[in-house]
Amino acid sequence: MSQPNPSPDPQTHAVVGMRAMELIVAGLLLAFGLTVAYASYQLGADWAEDGPKAGYFPFYIGLIIAVSSVVTLAQAWLNRTPKSGEAFVERGQLKLVMAVLLPAAAYVLVIQWFGIYAASAIYMAVFMVWLGKYAWWKAALLGIAVSVAVFLMFEVWFKVPLHKGTLYNPLALFGF
Amino acid sequence: MEEINALFQGFAVAMTPLNLMLMFVGVTLGVVIGVLPGLGGANGIAILLPLTFTMPPTSAIIMLSCIYWGALFGGAITSVLFNIPGEPWSVATTFDGYPMAQQGRAGEALTAAFTSSFIGAFVAVVMITFLAPLVAKFALKFGPPEFFSVYFLTFCSFIGMGKGSPWKTLTAMMLGFALAAVGMDTVTGQLRLTFGFSELMRGFDFLVAVIGLFGIGEILLSMEEGLSFSGSSARINFKVVLETWKKLPKYWVTSLRSCLVGCWMGITPGGATPASFMSYGIAKRFSPDGAKFGTGQMEGVVAPETAAHAAGTSALLPMLSLGIPGSPTAAVLLGGLLIWGLQPGPLLFVEKKEFVWGLIASMYLGNLAGLIIVLTCVPLFAAILRIPFSIVAPLIIVICAIGAYTVHNAMLDIWFMLFFGVVGYVFKKLDYPMAPMVLALVLGDRAEDSFRQAMLISQGNLSVFFSNALVGSIMTLGLVMLFWPLVAALKAKLRAAR
Repeated sequence: MSQPNPSPDPQTHAVVGMRAMELIVAGLLLAFGLTVAYASYQLGADWAEDGPKAGYFPFYIGLIIAVSSVVTLAQAWLNRTPKSGEAFVERGQLKLVMAVLLPAAAYVLVIQWFGIYAASAIYMAVFMVWLGKYAWWKAALLGIAVSVAVFLMFEVWFKVPLHKGTLYNPLALFGF
Repeated sequence: MEEINALFQGFAVAMTPLNLMLMFVGVTLGVVIGVLPGLGGANGIAILLPLTFTMPPTSAIIMLSCIYWGALFGGAITSVLFNIPGEPWSVATTFDGYPMAQQGRAGEALTAAFTSSFIGAFVAVVMITFLAPLVAKFALKFGPPEFFSVYFLTFCSFIGMGKGSPWKTLTAMMLGFALAAVGMDTVTGQLRLTFGFSELMRGFDFLVAVIGLFGIGEILLSMEEGLSFSGSSARINFKVVLETWKKLPKYWVTSLRSCLVGCWMGITPGGATPASFMSYGIAKRFSPDGAKFGTGQMEGVVAPETAAHAAGTSALLPMLSLGIPGSPTAAVLLGGLLIWGLQPGPLLFVEKKEFVWGLIASMYLGNLAGLIIVLTCVPLFAAILRIPFSIVAPLIIVICAIGAYTVHNAMLDIWFMLFFGVVGYVFKKLDYPMAPMVLALVLGDRAEDSFRQAMLISQGNLSVFFSNALVGSIMTLGLVMLFWPLVAALKAKLRAAR
């Protein structure tokens, strides 16, 4: 991304074009379809005494995915898809999307380690300080409030236990 | 008249204090869900589903369906006031609703939108009341081949009636079927497509997919547009309501036509979104003021709202009577029924009369409750949109994560949700339709079962699908739908050659 940028506004420069993305996605789907078909074939995609074997249905599903992806692939290659000249995502847009997606991924990882309650409070607070430029105490207050509300609603009121964390469960301090 | 009697018994079931309270709670939650970006009818209900497991099934389905009505109403608020469609089916409402708001007629536009939503839903519920028992009675005679043919028709309709590339529709749909096949095979008990991961034995739950595709995907999309909410404020007072109601009867033709379009698109799985666009387009063509559409015509609000609500409601007809949902949201409700041990389909009308008619009666009451709530509380709901995005976005992701976890108490599902979110974002931008994918994920196992049962009966002879007039004509209709894009393309080519 460090190359000199021909576009006057670097924020609207296309990171990936529509056509490239069409090709990538159709290619991935083609691979997926073939994998499904192959795995089902190994399971047995023909007929037994008592009807179709377990792999029969998914085998053809996989084949159809593969065939229709090939058609989409060909259409994209020949620029037959609509909007093929446009940008799939511009640099400014990608930054915004990543600003949500990457913290979300980190959030899920923290859930896995420390449970939903601690992770949610931290995530809310960090997001607010980082993107919303809120004062840290406001953010912390709201993050904790959300976690407490969720806790009361799920664990106490509806008796639905949520994930407590595999590394350390901070709620163990309070006996949960 | 049997239906009228049953309906009154249904009202008796629905009108307990608890159920009435849940109705209002549901509608209010639904409007909030409809107003917030990233939360919609389908994933909103999916997230709240686990909370209703402890309730009696009738109360639970009443609350969940009321969330759906609320979400249908809520979409209009953001469309009119902020020019941001809260739900895909309210995109067409922005065309004339927002200009009306800019001219200071927001109250009028909202009243028109809510009232026509109510009328659309009402007509659809009346239709369900009388048509659903008939369809169910008829479907009692169905065997596996007939059921497979109806599934076949449902999925072929997506290809025949879809707007984008039929190949992409086919891919998305088959992707849903493939994901549905993951896990234990219901007939032989063999593991399929798990690639040795024991966590995959459970398979992919469509609720997790719905939360990811529609929730996280939507957040990513709205983030990309760089959200800035700036809208007109609205207060609806009683005078505006009465004045608007006086003007509305003028548009009865548009209303009626939109109801028909909506009901048709709802029963066949066209869905609320295409119904609203289609209805807007037809109204524009036939109205004497058609040329002025887009500048703030009330008729341009009436048409899409009536159709969207009629379609959204009538999507429940095939769900209840055949066990085949007409929209992703109906699919989620069907998932709920299955979890409570109720098998949707023709037998439900015989075995669980109370439940079915309680639900149908609650549709009347729920929509009335919805109309009252939205007319009186618009400023409150509009205020939700003034909460900064840097608070709303993480909050919605937290809610989605909790919702995904509670489906099976599985940590892995939260990762799947995130993955489906990215898939939803990419698919939306590349025009891969998500509705057929979700429906295939829900119905995959059942469609496969009916296919295999039919094959067992006929000992592998495919002609069983043309063995009698009924199954033969449904299959033929399905095939016509399947090859419709090809026919349409040929026709266009012939015309061009001439």
